[in-house]
Amino acid sequence: MRFFKLKESIDFMSMRIPAMIISGILIIGSLVSLGVNQLNWGLDFTGGTLIEVGYDKPAQLEQIRLQLEAADFGDAVVQNFGSSEDVLIRLAPRDGVKAQEVGDQVLSTLRSSGDNVDMRRIEFVGPNVGEELAEQGGLAMLVALICILIYVAMRFEWRFALGSVIALAHDVILTLGLFSVLQLEFDLTVMAAVLAVIGYSLNDTIVVSDRIRENFRKIRKGGPEEIINTSLTQTLNRTIITSLTTILVLMALFYKGGALIHGFATALLFGVIIGTYSSIYVASLVALMLGISREDLMPTVVEKEGADLDPLP
Amino acid sequence: MLNKTPLWKYIMVLMVVAVCALYASPNLYGEDYAVQISAGRDAVLDLPLIDKVNQDLADAGIEKKSIVLEDEQILVRLYDDSAQRLANETLAKSLGKDYTVAMNLAPDTPEWLDSLGGTPMKLGLDLRGGVHFLMEVDMNSVITKSLTDMEGDFKTSLREEKIRYSRVSIVDESVQIRFRDQDTLDKAEFFLKNRNRDITLVEQGDLVLVAKMSEQKLSEIRDYAVKQNITIMRNRVNQLGVAEPLIQRQGADRIVVQLPGIQDTARAKEILNATATLEFKMLDQEHDIRDALNGRIPPGSEIVEDQQGVPQLLLKKVMLEGSHIIDANAGVDEYGMPKVSISLDSAGGSKMSLATKGNIGNPMATVFIEYKATGEKNEKGKLIFVPEREVVSVATIRAQLGSRFEITGLDSPKEARDLSLLLRAGALIAPITIVEERTVGPSLGQENIDLGMQAIIWGFALVLAFMLFYYRSFGVVANLALAANLVMIVGVMSMIPGATLTLPGMAGIVLTVGMAVDANVLIFERIREEIREGRSPQQAIHYGYDSAFSTILDANITTFIAAIILFAVGTGPIKGFSITLMIGIATSMFTAIILTRVIVNGVWGGKRLQKLSI
Repeated sequence: MRFFKLKESIDFMSMRIPAMIISGILIIGSLVSLGVNQLNWGLDFTGGTLIEVGYDKPAQLEQIRLQLEAADFGDAVVQNFGSSEDVLIRLAPRDGVKAQEVGDQVLSTLRSSGDNVDMRRIEFVGPNVGEELAEQGGLAMLVALICILIYVAMRFEWRFALGSVIALAHDVILTLGLFSVLQLEFDLTVMAAVLAVIGYSLNDTIVVSDRIRENFRKIRKGGPEEIINTSLTQTLNRTIITSLTTILVLMALFYKGGALIHGFATALLFGVIIGTYSSIYVASLVALMLGISREDLMPTVVEKEGADLDPLP
Repeated sequence: MLNKTPLWKYIMVLMVVAVCALYASPNLYGEDYAVQISAGRDAVLDLPLIDKVNQDLADAGIEKKSIVLEDEQILVRLYDDSAQRLANETLAKSLGKDYTVAMNLAPDTPEWLDSLGGTPMKLGLDLRGGVHFLMEVDMNSVITKSLTDMEGDFKTSLREEKIRYSRVSIVDESVQIRFRDQDTLDKAEFFLKNRNRDITLVEQGDLVLVAKMSEQKLSEIRDYAVKQNITIMRNRVNQLGVAEPLIQRQGADRIVVQLPGIQDTARAKEILNATATLEFKMLDQEHDIRDALNGRIPPGSEIVEDQQGVPQLLLKKVMLEGSHIIDANAGVDEYGMPKVSISLDSAGGSKMSLATKGNIGNPMATVFIEYKATGEKNEKGKLIFVPEREVVSVATIRAQLGSRFEITGLDSPKEARDLSLLLRAGALIAPITIVEERTVGPSLGQENIDLGMQAIIWGFALVLAFMLFYYRSFGVVANLALAANLVMIVGVMSMIPGATLTLPGMAGIVLTVGMAVDANVLIFERIREEIREGRSPQQAIHYGYDSAFSTILDANITTFIAAIILFAVGTGPIKGFSITLMIGIATSMFTAIILTRVIVNGVWGGKRLQKLSI
């Protein structure tokens, strides 16, 4: 079977103005939200203490709050995590008290009421460490984008490189925007997911760019716009199928992977959908607008499929 | 003929998959709850001990699965976790402090597989439960202490040389010496330059000499501070009875301590934060050690055992505390014998010189004191620590000692190294703080494994079903490749010693399953296109694989670049994720391109085909 049995190529590029407007609005929206709401930084980045405990019956959050207040943990944020028996308690970094002892103190406070409290995890991150982790993450993203820019520029052409990096930045900004608008917690695993989105979206973009290059060399007729349309049509089935299989596994991760992996799966699900869109509209559109032409992509040696793989002496 | 694969290629592909499958197989056997016993310095592990362990377990009514003595430890396998906990308590009590008893999970790998080096994947702390600490060495106080030492050292040595200064003080990260006239300043500069090669001296108008430690010296000091703390941590972790602890340096001033299976973090922290000190004492030579051992310990003396367990009679009076030690280094003397050179701060130097003056020719002992937890708690719920003393060296004083002296008469370079580490540990120059802690309880660990497995199985099943439905016969080929890919990821993860599986790592595997089919989708779509363009099935297969190859390569290399950067820059969960991603990319290239080609060629290659089921 085939999803699309297309005889003619779809005129993707005729939709470029609406696509640009949509992307523009989404990016501006994301940036505004990032500026106003910022991200809901997780413990990894803010520092502080997080305690997850399990009760053998549905937990009484109100009562836990009172207990903690009595023990001088009035600033604790108490919420259910995953199920009604599991409770997540967060505490901001505090002065004076030895931060690394807070977790144990909270635990003994909860146990003092005679409930059967199962310690599931305690995480403590010092404030400086949090800052460093955020810096490292930002640095990782920048370095990744730059390395990819260089590789694609070497393998293809600078217009494609710029196009794919702009597409990646587009995907990253929108994914961060989603987390900012919905105020989902942004922790280290979500950071890893955003970097995986970069990897995925890039995969898509490369496949499309590869086909565009091939068609420029193979098809003698038609301007850049038509060739890009043809290439996008030819790769459309593959783009949809791969996105679909990836979305399938991400759904499995989202529904079966447990609460700890929720943020990760959310970021990737959204990122994959956006990445699929951006590989069609953003990357090739940028290359087109930068004036990509047949001459730019002609191989320097004998024209042959895959000739660029084995350079002649 | 198109699409024929030479026999050697079949064999090679089969071999690669088979080897990976072999090394993946230990993961199927699961793990036993186990208790491992290792011996302290003076204890031995032998058959009578095994008998004793057997007897103790039988007395406590604990049934065991097996008991073996291997790799200098006794491993007792048990049937469930409650038996494990009970056995651990029973044995810890009955064997006493000469042995370390620790709970562990021992892989239940069959012997033949074990002998081939097959081991299951190592699980991260988020999957097996345990504590992860990140500790930071307080470098500020380290540097401050070195500066204070330098200040004191300048004062004493200038005074000894009869060079008159008017003031020595610490300003920022330097020591400033003020003089009354230029002549003395020059003399002092010449003297100090010759004496301290690792400092830089700069004259600063107004008769002031500014001394700074060289960059090299500073980094040496920092390096020592971290290494010293790692040594101390190792000793303490041994007390905790953890089966496979990890103590590792991270970056310039941090130490990672990972204790799998530990649940009582409060106790772990107390023990890790305990202190150690060092004292120098004279041997009591007026009294007989035998009398003392019989209970007639002379007042003013005490018995302390050395590392071999031989008792020594020492004078109680402390000649010098370890806090005066600035540095200790192992080396060799002019006869090529191992020695340890020790530097003291100025106060220590004068104390030492006073104390050794009348003791030339007499033996001096170095006593190491570590505060160890007894396991009992006081009424406030804090662990009770008792000092444990041990003589680490006895040396004869050859001359009056000053702020620099040497201990010789050591048996081996190793002993010299150990002693110098202990001496430096006694100085305890660098306080540490815990800057990050992650504790995962055992119930959550198991739950994470279950959830991760479920996600993998569901994701895998969904993709298999889809590919079968969409590509039919070729879908079967792609599914075979996907299954092989999963086996290979697990196999490679088990083979690489440093790779650990974490929850984000499992997410990485799920993601790889979804993305690995991409290569096959690319190839199959190409084959369909070629058929639509009117090529024969054989040609379509040939060109489909050929033209998709460079696309697949480019796409995978760029993703691989992203994964490498994740690995290099990221920590903890990000590293775990990037490892599986990298391995997944590499194995999926193999299975999706080479393995499927071999299968496709084997099934369809070289035949007259009218139609392809794709």
